[in-house]
Amino acid sequence: MSGMPRPGWHVATVAATRRETPNATRIELDVDGWPGNEAGQHLDVRLTAPDGYTATRSYSIASSGEGSRVVLAVDKLPDGEVSPYLVDELRAGDRLEVHGPLGAFFIWRPAAVTDDARPVQLIAGGSGVVPLFAMAHAHAAAADPTPFRLLYSVRTPDDVYFASEWAALAAASAPLRLDLVYTRRTPDGWSAPPGRITRDALEAAAVPAAERPRVFVCGSTGFVERVADWLVELGHEPRDIRTERYGGT
Amino acid sequence: MSFITRGFTGRGRERDDRLPPGQTLVGDFPVLSAGPTPDIDTADWAFTIRTESGTEHSWNWDEFMALPIEDVTTDIHCVTHWSKLGTGWRGVSLDTLFADVDTELEYTMAHSYGGYTTNVPLDDLLDGKAWVAFEYDGEPLDPEHGGPARLLVPHLYFWKSAKWVRGLEMMADDEPGFWEQNGYHLRGDPWKEERYW
Repeated sequence: MSGMPRPGWHVATVAATRRETPNATRIELDVDGWPGNEAGQHLDVRLTAPDGYTATRSYSIASSGEGSRVVLAVDKLPDGEVSPYLVDELRAGDRLEVHGPLGAFFIWRPAAVTDDARPVQLIAGGSGVVPLFAMAHAHAAAADPTPFRLLYSVRTPDDVYFASEWAALAAASAPLRLDLVYTRRTPDGWSAPPGRITRDALEAAAVPAAERPRVFVCGSTGFVERVADWLVELGHEPRDIRTERYGGT
Repeated sequence: MSFITRGFTGRGRERDDRLPPGQTLVGDFPVLSAGPTPDIDTADWAFTIRTESGTEHSWNWDEFMALPIEDVTTDIHCVTHWSKLGTGWRGVSLDTLFADVDTELEYTMAHSYGGYTTNVPLDDLLDGKAWVAFEYDGEPLDPEHGGPARLLVPHLYFWKSAKWVRGLEMMADDEPGFWEQNGYHLRGDPWKEERYW
């Protein structure tokens, strides 16, 4: 794993939090000694209660590159132990322990580094968009010529993560096309009724298999299983499809 | 090195001694995979052990099912911080599979359908510590959980229990497999929290 920053434990101080969606919070951390991270990596967060009880969870990182500022966007799980604290209780000045950066497979690097000019298809379900946002952001920041598409499935317009950033990313010189699928409620005047993504919709929106795109899929296990199976049926090479799932807890 | 996180109280104070450090008990069965789930027909399935002499010990599905089958109840621990206690499996012990294998080498590389690999020392596979499992909770193993058959090495983090396993290759040295090349620890003992290298 040449050139990959080594993971380690770090103390993170919350620089800012803000409501991302009605159910999620964006958390900006200043991480002491952070070695930087690749787009798509994740970290572990460890919380410690006054009696020494600890809880550790993994979160994808929405930011990338050098520097000690690390951005997370955390979805509140209804019966969660850690996510309700991070979403509702955490505030600027609080300190956390983080371990990372982690993962060397579900990452994207600029074409100038990898010498891989194939198009990239990103496919997100709900909060699974976080590591894919990091990739789209890195792509724009590098003014990378690789054609990017993002197919993003959300419940309602209010549930879109990074809502204020997508337009700027799509307008940047690095080519990005965004396709949204609303599963519960659409914006007014939307062309399609709300509903889960279908195989036909996937085929229509995704970079065709004939172009041999690199595909990154992130979401719940059910979403990832469904989409990845369809991609294989549509002729995509299994080895071109990289997946990341978030668990049930 | 831990310090108290302001405002965090947590829950689940009843610490279970069977839970390694940094693990959380779950009721469901999360999935950790790096790509699509391979579709493997048992008619095409085989499990092969290959030694340094080039000798291959191979079983097709019917031959495999004719081997002595064991019921296993065990705790499993995933590197992504979840554990399940008392899970029920059926499979063939690696002791059975290695009974006629002649090798001097101490390490293995597990190979899976779909191309994934993970390295496991032979000592971690023998003496009743590992199986090739094809049933979970009384049902055929789901493809997303590694069916038709996966390695089951429950005393190590669960990525070592290679899904969709198709064989073991004897190795002279402990070389990293796919998961280990991508950041996971070479051995993966959950009680030592050997998660990442």
